[in-house]
Amino acid sequence: MMRFLLLFSRQGKLRLQKWFTPITEREKKKIIRDMTTLVLARQPRSCNFLQWKDLKIIYKRYASLYFCLAVENQENELLALEVIHRYVELLDKYFGNVCELDIIFNFEKAYFILDEFLMGGEIQETSKQMVNRSIEASDMLQEVRCTGTNAHPDLNHTRSIVISHVVFICLFAGVGILKRLGFWCFTKQ
Amino acid sequence: MSDVVEKTLTALPSLLSLDSQPGSAKLSSTAKLGNLIRGITELTSKHEEEKLIQHELASIKEQVSSPNTTMRQMRELMVRAVYCEMLGYEASFSYIHAIKLAQQGNVLEKRVGYLAVSLFLNESHELLLLLVNTVLKDLQSTNLIEVCMALTVVCQIFPKDMIPVILPIVEEKLNHPKEIIRRKAVLALHKFYLIAPNQVQHIHNKFRKALCDKDPGVMTASLHIYLQLIQENAEAYKDLTASFVTILKQVVGGKLPMDFNYHSVPAPWLQIQLLRILSLLGKNDQRTSEVMYEVLDESLRRAEMNHNITYAILYECVKCVYTIHPKSELLEKAAKCIGNFVLSPKINLKYLGLKALTYVVQQDPKLALQHQMTIIECLDHSDVIIKRETLELLFRITNAQNVTVIVEKMLDFLRLSKDDHMTIDIVGKVAELAEKYPFKHYSTMNAVFSLGGDMMQPEIPNGFLKLLSEGFDSEEEDRKLRLFAVSSYISLLQGEPSKLPQRFLQVICWVLGEYSFLKEDLEPSVVLGLLTKLLDMKSSSSETKSWVLVAMTKLCWSEAAVSEAQQVAETYSSSFDTTLRQRAQELQHLSRDSQLHSRVLPPGGRLEPDEVVDSSLSFLDGFVSEALSAGAAPYKPLHQRQEELSRSKVLSLEPYGLSLPISTSSCSITDRQSPTLLSTSSGLSGDGTDFSHRGSSTTLRLDGVKRVWGREGYLAQKKPVEEVAQVEVPSPLRSPSQQGDANSCRSKTPTPTANPECDQEKQQLASSLFGGLSSQSSVCLISGAAKMVNIQRFRRKAKGQRSSSTTNEQRANPTVSSASAVDNLLCNNLLEADTEPINSSAKQTFQHPHSLSVANGACDAEAILTDGDPKERNQPLSSEDFVEADDSPPREDQERSKDSCLTPHLPAELSGFSHSEIIPLCSSQSLDLSACHVQTDNSVVLVVFITNTSEDANLQIQVFCVCESPVEEVRGRSVSVRQYSLTVKMPLVHFELVGMLSYSIPAGMPQAMMQFSYKLPLTSFIRPLTVSTEEYGSMWLAFSHDTKQNLTLIKEEREPLTATLNALNKKLSLHVVEIIGVEGLVACSLLQDQPCLMHCRVHAGRLAVWLRSPVPDLPDCLLYHCQRALQEP
Repeated sequence: MMRFLLLFSRQGKLRLQKWFTPITEREKKKIIRDMTTLVLARQPRSCNFLQWKDLKIIYKRYASLYFCLAVENQENELLALEVIHRYVELLDKYFGNVCELDIIFNFEKAYFILDEFLMGGEIQETSKQMVNRSIEASDMLQEVRCTGTNAHPDLNHTRSIVISHVVFICLFAGVGILKRLGFWCFTKQ
Repeated sequence: MSDVVEKTLTALPSLLSLDSQPGSAKLSSTAKLGNLIRGITELTSKHEEEKLIQHELASIKEQVSSPNTTMRQMRELMVRAVYCEMLGYEASFSYIHAIKLAQQGNVLEKRVGYLAVSLFLNESHELLLLLVNTVLKDLQSTNLIEVCMALTVVCQIFPKDMIPVILPIVEEKLNHPKEIIRRKAVLALHKFYLIAPNQVQHIHNKFRKALCDKDPGVMTASLHIYLQLIQENAEAYKDLTASFVTILKQVVGGKLPMDFNYHSVPAPWLQIQLLRILSLLGKNDQRTSEVMYEVLDESLRRAEMNHNITYAILYECVKCVYTIHPKSELLEKAAKCIGNFVLSPKINLKYLGLKALTYVVQQDPKLALQHQMTIIECLDHSDVIIKRETLELLFRITNAQNVTVIVEKMLDFLRLSKDDHMTIDIVGKVAELAEKYPFKHYSTMNAVFSLGGDMMQPEIPNGFLKLLSEGFDSEEEDRKLRLFAVSSYISLLQGEPSKLPQRFLQVICWVLGEYSFLKEDLEPSVVLGLLTKLLDMKSSSSETKSWVLVAMTKLCWSEAAVSEAQQVAETYSSSFDTTLRQRAQELQHLSRDSQLHSRVLPPGGRLEPDEVVDSSLSFLDGFVSEALSAGAAPYKPLHQRQEELSRSKVLSLEPYGLSLPISTSSCSITDRQSPTLLSTSSGLSGDGTDFSHRGSSTTLRLDGVKRVWGREGYLAQKKPVEEVAQVEVPSPLRSPSQQGDANSCRSKTPTPTANPECDQEKQQLASSLFGGLSSQSSVCLISGAAKMVNIQRFRRKAKGQRSSSTTNEQRANPTVSSASAVDNLLCNNLLEADTEPINSSAKQTFQHPHSLSVANGACDAEAILTDGDPKERNQPLSSEDFVEADDSPPREDQERSKDSCLTPHLPAELSGFSHSEIIPLCSSQSLDLSACHVQTDNSVVLVVFITNTSEDANLQIQVFCVCESPVEEVRGRSVSVRQYSLTVKMPLVHFELVGMLSYSIPAGMPQAMMQFSYKLPLTSFIRPLTVSTEEYGSMWLAFSHDTKQNLTLIKEEREPLTATLNALNKKLSLHVVEIIGVEGLVACSLLQDQPCLMHCRVHAGRLAVWLRSPVPDLPDCLLYHCQRALQEP
C-alpha cells in the first residue's frame, strides 16, 4: 500500500501532497521537510530508492519537479516507480505536454487526476484512456452547467463561447511563450 | 458564417468588460490564483511571502464569510485557500466552508469542496461529522459522478465510527451496473477493512462475488482485499489458489483487453498482485505450490522485454519462487534472473538484485558466492543506498570466518554515515553480530558505543553489560576481559571523556563500579576522581550522573574514597532531580556505614547466586496490614492512580450510585500486590519508566533486570536468521560438481582490464568475505551457524539450570518479545498449544503470586517477574483478577474413573446452579486437573478438581491462581475441590485464566509444577439487570462508552423484534425492559454492578443496536456475543 505522494520543485517548494493514511499535521510537516532534504541531497545517477524509517521512498525527477512516493516495505520498488511514471503520463495526456507551471496553476486538476488513478493508497485504474474519460466526463458537466444556467441563452451562449476562446488563446499563448523560453519543460522519457 | 463572426466580434468588447458574468468567472478565478502564484514567485524573502499570504488569507476570509459570495466564487476561494495551506499557512477558517461547498454546490463545486475537505481535515477532526450527511446523500444520488466523488472521499477520509451509517449503501453499490462504481465500492470496503476490520466481517462472501466480477477492473480491486485477508490467514483461502492461478494464466496469456496494457505488458499491476498472493498461499505448502509452478514458469519466460515494468514482474516472480515450496528448475531460472539483475549496469536493477540476493541467500548461499566480485564492487559504490544494501546482504551471510571483515566494513560505513536511521540500523546489526560471535566482542562493542552515539537502542548497552557480567564459559577469560575493559576505560576517561556519547559513559561507569577492584594496582580514589570529573562535565546528562553516583557507591570502601564520595554526595543531595538526590542519599548512607556497605555491596564480589532477593517484600506484609488496619489507604498501582487522576480531570459522566464499590476483597489483592510494586519503585527511585537506571540499582541486583530488556528482546530479532540458517538446502544445489563450479568461477572472476593491484586487493577481500562460504561450501555455513546457535543455547541453558524450570522455558524460547515478562512466562505455552485463534486477542492473565518463585528458590524467575511488572501495568489486556481463596473445607471422596463423575464433588452450596461442562485441563501420571465454572446469581465460581490417580502415594499440593492456597495433602485416589470466585476488572470477549499447580509426591519431596489454563466467555459474567424504563432513561444519558452496529433479525413472521430479544434473553440472559413498537430496551450488568444498556430498533429488515455502558470495551465485547448468539441457529 502506498502511504503518501509528494511533488516538490528543485527548490523544495511543495507542489502537491497526497496522504493515504491519517497523519497529524505536525507529522506531515516533518515528513515533507525530511523528504525534501533527503531527496534533494541525492546525487544524479544514483538509484531511485531510499529507506526512510520503515518505509521505502521511491523518487524520480521530471524536469524541475520531483515525484516522491512512499510505500510500505513489502512493496515492489520498480512498480512504484512505474506508478509515478504512469501518473506523469496521465498528466501529460490531460494537459498536453505538461510542465511544472501546469501543475502549479491547475493543481486541483492534478489532484482530480490522481484521485481517479489511485484510491485509498492502491492503484485504481491504470488505463490512460479510462482515467481521462472519467476526468473529462466531470469536466464536460461543467461546460453544460455553465451554459445551461444562464438567464439569456442566446446572447450568453455566444458570449461564453467567445470568452472561453479568448481565454484559451491567452492561455495557450502564455504557456507557449514560456515553453519556448525553455524553462520548466519536461524532458519526456 | 460571416454573420456569426461579425456578431461575435462586435460583442467582444462589451463582453470583456462584464466581469461578473459567469463565463468570465473562469478568467478571473484563474487570474486571481495566478496573480497570487506570480506574486509569490516574485518575492525575495520569506518574510515578504508571509506578509503577502496573510493578506491573501485575510481577503479570503472576508469573502467566504460574506453572504453574497456565490458558490462559484466560493469554489475559487477554496482553491486559493488550499494553495495557501500547501505553502504551510493555516486557513482553518475555510474548513467549514469547504464542507458547505461540498454540501451545496453543483457537481463541479462539490468536487472542489470534497478535495478541499480531504486536504484540510484530519481523520479525527470534529467537522468531519458534518460531512457524513453529504456523503450519504451523494451516495444515494442518481448522478454517477456524484456517487463516484462520494466513494472517493469515503476512501480518502471518513470518521471511523460513522462507517456503519454508510456501510449498507456502499455494500449495495457492489451490485451497481456501472463497473467504475463497483470498483470504487470495493476499494472503499478495502479501506474500511483496514481501519475497522470487524465492521465488514459479514460481507466476506460479497468479496468473493467481486472477485468473480465480469469486469477485470473490479476483480483487480478485490485482490487488494484478498491480499490483506491472506496475509492474516492464508489457510482460509487455500481453496482460491486455483482461481488465482487461472486468472494469472489468462493475464500472462494476454487475454485481457488492450486497455489494461502498460507499455505493451498486460496488466502488470494485476500480475504482481497475483504473484504476491500466490507466494503467500504457497509458503510452506507443497500441494498448493505445485498448482502454481506452471504459471510461474510461464511468467518468468514471458517477461523478457527490456523495460522496468517487466523487471518489476520478474523480481516479484523470483521472490515468489523462493518463498513457495522449492522446485529446482524454477529455482535455477530465478537464480539466473537474479544474476541478470545484479550484473545490470542500471543502478536500480542492481539495487533490486542485491535485495533479491539478500532474500534468497539464506536458502542458497552459493548464489552470493557467484556474485562475490559484484558484491565487493557494490561495497565501495558511490551511492550510500547500494552500500547499505550490500552490508545487509553481508550481514545475512556472516559466519565465524568472515565476521571480522564484515564487522570492520560495517564500522567503516558507520564512520561515514550521516543518516540517523541507517546508523541505528547498522549499529543494531553490529551489536547483534558481536553478541553472536563473541571473540572480537569487546573491542567491537567499544567502537559501536563511540560511533553509535546516543541514537542506538537501549537494549544494546544493556545486553553488553549483561554479557559481561554473566561472562562466557571460562572464569579466567572473563576475568581477563573485565580487567582489560577496566584498564581501557580508565585510559579513555583520562583522555577526553566529554567527546564520548552518554550511553558509552554509562557503560563505562557501570564497568568501573563493578570491576575496578580486579585491577589491583588501581586505587579506588583514582577512579572516583575520574568519575567526579564526569559529574562536573557540562555535557553529562542527569541520567549519566546517576550512573556515576551508583558507580561511586560501589567504590567507596576505602578511606580516601569515602571522604571524596561524601563530598560528592553532599553536593548532589540537594539536587532538583529526584533520582540524583536518591542516589546521593544512598551514597551518603552507605559510605558512612562501612558495615552496611559491605553487607549490601560485598567488596570484590557479587551477590552469591543462592542469596534470594525477596522481591515480594513479604517482610513488609505485617507493616502493611498494620497500616491498613490503622486506616491507611490501600496501595494503588501506578496505572490505577493515573486513571483516577485523568478521570478527575474530565467531567464525570457516570452516575454516582452505580460506580464500582471497592470491595474488601479487592483490598486484599492490592495489599498483596503492593509490596512488589513498592519494591520496584523504590529500586527505581520513583522513576518507573527508566529501565536503564535499574542496571545500577543497589537494592535490586542486575541479573534479572537486564535479562528481559537486553537479551530476550534481542533474540526476538535474531531468531529468523538462525532459523533460516538451519533450513535445509534443497539437495540439487549442494551437489559437489556445482560447488566446484562455484570455486572455479571464483578464481576466474577477476576482469583482465582492471588494475591488477587494486584487483588483488579485492580478491583478498573476497576470499576473506566469502572464505567460509567457498572453502566448505554451503554446508559449512549452515553447520557453522548451527554450531553457533548451539553454543548460544548451551550457554543460556547452563545458566538457566540454576533457576527454576519456568525460567528455563522462558529462555529456551527466544521468540518471546520483551513486552511483558509476566505475560510471556505464563502464556508462552498457552499460545503455542492453542491452535484455535483467540477471539479479539483477548486474554486475561492471572498472575500468580511472586511468592511462587520464592517457594521455588528461583531468584531469576522472580527478577523477571518484578521487572515485567511496570510494563504490564500499561498493558490493558492483562488485568489481574481477583480470586478469593476458598473457605470451604476441601472435600475428599473416593474417586470414580470418569470426569463426568466429578459432578458429585461440586460443593453443596453450588449444586443448585447450572455449571458448565467439566473440562480436563492437564494431567500428569499421578494427577488430573479438571475445572468448570458455576454461575450463581451474583458471582461466577471457578471450581477446580484435583484428582490423585496414583494408588497409594499421598500428594502435597498447592495451587496458585493469583492467590496461593494452603498446602494440603491429598490422599491416594481421592479428589480435592477448590473454589475461586471470579470478578471482572476489565471486559474482554473471552477470558483466559492461567494458573499453576505445584505438588510433591510424596509430601516433602521436591516439587513438580503444572501449568493450566481455563477459558470462559464474557457471557458467564453477564446477569440481567432489572430496571424500569425511567431508570433506564436516566442511566442511558449518564453512560459514556457506546457502540453501534446492525445485527440480523431472527426470521419470524409476526414479531421479529420480540423473537430476537427473547433469543438474546435466553442465550445471554439480558433483561428486556420494554418493547415499544419497533424499538426495544434491554439491560444487563456485568458482575459486579457494571451496567450495560442496549437500545434496539428495527430498521430496513435489520436490528440496529446501540450499546452504552460506563465501562470501556464492555459494549464492544457484548456486541460480539450478541452477534454470535443471533448467528447461531
